[in-house]
Amino acid sequence: MNQREKEEYLHDYAIMKSQGKPFFPYAVAKDAVMACVVMAVIITLSLVFGDELGSKVNAATTSYDARPDWYFFFLFDILRIIRTPSIIQLATIGIPTLCMILLFLLPFYDRGPERRPERRPLATTAGIVTICLMAYLTYQGAHAGTPDALEFATPKAVIENGPAAVEKWNEGRLAIAQSGCEACHTIGDNGNPGPGPNLTHIASRLPETAIARTLVNPTQPMPSYKNLPAKKFNAIVDFLSQLK
Amino acid sequence: MPKLPAPPLPAPLKTPPPLPGQGNGEAGPLEDAKQAGITVVDWVDERTSLSGAARWLMFRKVPKGTNWFYTLGSATMFAFLNQVVTGVFLAMYYRPEPAGGAYESVRYITNEVFLGQFVRGMHKWGSSVMVVLVFLHMGRTFFFGAYKYPRELNWVIGVVLLILTMVMAFTGYLLPFDQRAFWATTVGVNINGTGPLIGPYLSDFLYGGTEFNATTLSRFYAIHMLIVPGLIAALIGAHLYLVAKLGTTAPPWQKLHKRHELIETEV
Repeated sequence: MNQREKEEYLHDYAIMKSQGKPFFPYAVAKDAVMACVVMAVIITLSLVFGDELGSKVNAATTSYDARPDWYFFFLFDILRIIRTPSIIQLATIGIPTLCMILLFLLPFYDRGPERRPERRPLATTAGIVTICLMAYLTYQGAHAGTPDALEFATPKAVIENGPAAVEKWNEGRLAIAQSGCEACHTIGDNGNPGPGPNLTHIASRLPETAIARTLVNPTQPMPSYKNLPAKKFNAIVDFLSQLK
Repeated sequence: MPKLPAPPLPAPLKTPPPLPGQGNGEAGPLEDAKQAGITVVDWVDERTSLSGAARWLMFRKVPKGTNWFYTLGSATMFAFLNQVVTGVFLAMYYRPEPAGGAYESVRYITNEVFLGQFVRGMHKWGSSVMVVLVFLHMGRTFFFGAYKYPRELNWVIGVVLLILTMVMAFTGYLLPFDQRAFWATTVGVNINGTGPLIGPYLSDFLYGGTEFNATTLSRFYAIHMLIVPGLIAALIGAHLYLVAKLGTTAPPWQKLHKRHELIETEV
């Protein structure tokens, strides 16, 4: 908007405002009705769905399917779509930050004087596309598994050892995901390339005992995992020692 | 003594002025009480001049054509007030002790406290309602072009409020300290940790250490009920001030009656 358009807007708005009705009681009455509707909805939701409380925290479980509340499903699903290790930061931090910056700066790059949505086709289309995309991601996120689950084909050697071994393998897979190993290590197609070494074939370089020793007493800056519950710790060691 | 201005009520609601011949003689107790109220208000107003601000805020004019979409902002604020009130009641019973206390206190609220389950349900579902309303309010502002000159700053404040609402949702999710809460938070903080530069510091700050420990819960508790609500309340104040200062937007389709001359209103 240039100076003329700004003054024109202020002038027109001043006239429209002077022709309007006072905020109290006209707008306040509508707001009060809406407040009653909001209250009724909240009370109804509370009465119908109540407040569920799950089982108590157990940091030792390895089979818990972590998921956020529904309003974070859209973020959650971006993490599932983008899994390539080299651009994983794009998903976790990049896209949300970019969207936030675009949202913040909206009035500074969309400076046209037109306010009618049908005469701002670009803005209106972008808005509708964003809403559809978020609705889609939320829907997808609602039906998705954990975002940090390791996608890694079970090795033949493990399958040959029977279903118990496969279950143990899967426990380790989940424990690794929950312990955040992928933040510094690459495992197959998952995780970041550094600073830690690639773990895809770790067992061909280190025996099982050495893996356990490293987890307890690692090289800096890797944190020690000696405080993990024994079951979880063993599952991780078992998993890693299968990565030949 | 300055008098409070009469509110501009619609004609049917106005009380007719007393007819001549009425109200003479001794003042009844009702009139005495009324007079006492007026005296108190006048006393406060003489020392604070608040009547001017109240008049400026409440009796400002709103352009014609504002519809139900314009109530979404106040509805969001109302949902926030619901969170404040129910949250205060929950805080009376909640103990942010991960070792034993947090989960038990929430279970106590649910099972033992009078209406505890109901109030906790209202807080839990109120958060969902508030998130929905924030997005609807933002959608209305976006599609009506209400973020344009001269209201750019109010849009920016609104985006900050949106982010703070999401922070509230994230930190509040951990507090019941059940399995769901713990694992969702672990994943969430680990995601923060993968960010470039500040990522690891942010996750260390949230955890109060390198991993989930005894101080994590009290940290989330402090963020959830001290830092962020204070910020939200202050920013809602700024948001409302700017709305009153700049005026409610007219709907973009509203026709201007050109014949009407610009009238400087007293507000």
